[in-house]
Amino acid sequence: MYTQGLDVKPGDKAIPLESGTSEAEQGFQGRIDRDDRIEPKDWMPEGYRKTLIRQISQHAHSEVVGMLPEGNWITRAPSLRRKAVLLAKVQDEAGHGLYLYSAAETLGVSRAELVEQLLSGKAKYSSIFNYPTTTWADIGAIGWLVDGAAIMNQIPLCRCSYGPYARAMIRICKEESFHQRQGYEIMLALSRGSDAQKAMAQDALDRWWWPSLMMFGPSDKDSPHSAQSMRWGIKRISNDDLRQKFVDVTVPQAEYLGLKMPDPDLAWNEARGHYDFGAIDWEELKQVISGNGPCNKSRMKARRDAHAEGAWVREAALAHAEKRRARALKKAG
Amino acid sequence: MTDIAKDQLFEYLLRLGDSSLILGQRLSEWCGHGPELEEDIALINIALDLIGQARSLLTYAGEVEGRGRDEDGLAFLRDGTDYRNLLLVEQPNQDFAYTIARQFLFDAFHLEQQRALMGSRDETLAAIAGKSVKEVTYHLRHSSEWLVRLGDGTPLSHGKMQTALDDLWMYSGEMFEMDALEAALAEAGVAPDRAALRPAWEARVAAVIEEATLQRPDDGWMQSGGLRGRHSEHLGHILAEMQHLQRAHPGAQW
Repeated sequence: MYTQGLDVKPGDKAIPLESGTSEAEQGFQGRIDRDDRIEPKDWMPEGYRKTLIRQISQHAHSEVVGMLPEGNWITRAPSLRRKAVLLAKVQDEAGHGLYLYSAAETLGVSRAELVEQLLSGKAKYSSIFNYPTTTWADIGAIGWLVDGAAIMNQIPLCRCSYGPYARAMIRICKEESFHQRQGYEIMLALSRGSDAQKAMAQDALDRWWWPSLMMFGPSDKDSPHSAQSMRWGIKRISNDDLRQKFVDVTVPQAEYLGLKMPDPDLAWNEARGHYDFGAIDWEELKQVISGNGPCNKSRMKARRDAHAEGAWVREAALAHAEKRRARALKKAG
Repeated sequence: MTDIAKDQLFEYLLRLGDSSLILGQRLSEWCGHGPELEEDIALINIALDLIGQARSLLTYAGEVEGRGRDEDGLAFLRDGTDYRNLLLVEQPNQDFAYTIARQFLFDAFHLEQQRALMGSRDETLAAIAGKSVKEVTYHLRHSSEWLVRLGDGTPLSHGKMQTALDDLWMYSGEMFEMDALEAALAEAGVAPDRAALRPAWEARVAAVIEEATLQRPDDGWMQSGGLRGRHSEHLGHILAEMQHLQRAHPGAQW
């Protein structure tokens, strides 16, 4: 998930739109057009490399920050089975963070640099994790809606032109599909439960629906670099098309749960063969991305504190490894 | 071999299951706050193993008891005085050194205990132990390696690791305490004699502490009571958090 193009703004010079006239560029574009995979040692335009580093690291950061809202409920999960499943899910997410940092490292950047960019606020992560998980139903809604939106976004990435990213996404998508099912199963149990549980499920849908739609990023007309990403085979389907697909799939799922979508304009459009839906509050997305979401500060504080409080542990591990190396050398020499 | 009463076996299963559950709960608190992403994964994974063990043991306890309580009935609807976990596992995470010291002292005991239980005359208990041994072997490897890294790392980490070990040492004695209940179970070939597990534990702990360039704390006064339901102040808070939804919505299915 989590490739909203959050920090790409019109006029951003960091990612030049490339015309590709040199022989190397034309050869590169030819490979993309033939659907070849680009591998780490292959020549690639600088903009392609930078775009991928941004996108993959943003994705990795999102996985890691995303552990916090769900971790918030592990100790309060309402049954031992739910606790075990949630632990397994969050463990998967930490694992996704690891593969993705590794995939980014193949582009010549270190994980330490990327983590530094997150902690300094330079790098972004998905806006969705700046919303609070206030009830158990939020764990259901995150699995159902947030992971559901993530899968929608990520399946096309399994065919991304950059080999290491595409391969990481294949594994990640398999696990995300399990996450989505566990979320829906939580919602199903709640919506078949007591009145209080049903109310909890409806409240979670009310709060998570619009932020989930925002996960697909700005509307196509406001997404200036999508065209370049499409030409490079990094992006395959536009933000608006993915969003529409998500709405079309999710509405019947909500109906099956007996929950009401928090959108009075939502209606099936026979002529289009799709659901019409209401206007997204882009100002909210803009505010959440720029640091004003309900949890931006606490999420970043949690990450910075974990990093700072773990510094002595990482230093000790390095010092110990160095001592071992020195002892082994002494023994050999 | 003598026959044992159902309530004796039930009580013993709570002692086993509750220690795994409470330690798993404690480790879960680390989620997203570990010193390194790899450690977040490792701690979550160990928590997951322990919760899995607790589920098997408490499910079996409920069957033995025969009063219709399942794993959740036992985990979420018992008060602290009915919990039978070791005092060691309810101690707070504090920092990574305390978490590792607590884990190491417990893992080294847990492995010996589970190995011995593989030979239990109770087939279900032996089967659960057979699965747990594989998991606990990894837990002990993980906590031993960290004890050595932190002990033989920097002066700062050495100091923190020694302090944690010193502070938690007084909870190590309880793991080897025998009482009439477990004497009867040992006599019946259902449970090992805890005192008999001690030499292997001592040898392992001494070897790892030495490799870590740390000092083995002296055996002073040992805290005791968890196995009889006499707990520290910490358990009440753990249960308040863990049991909140089940208590707030009686009878609800999740």
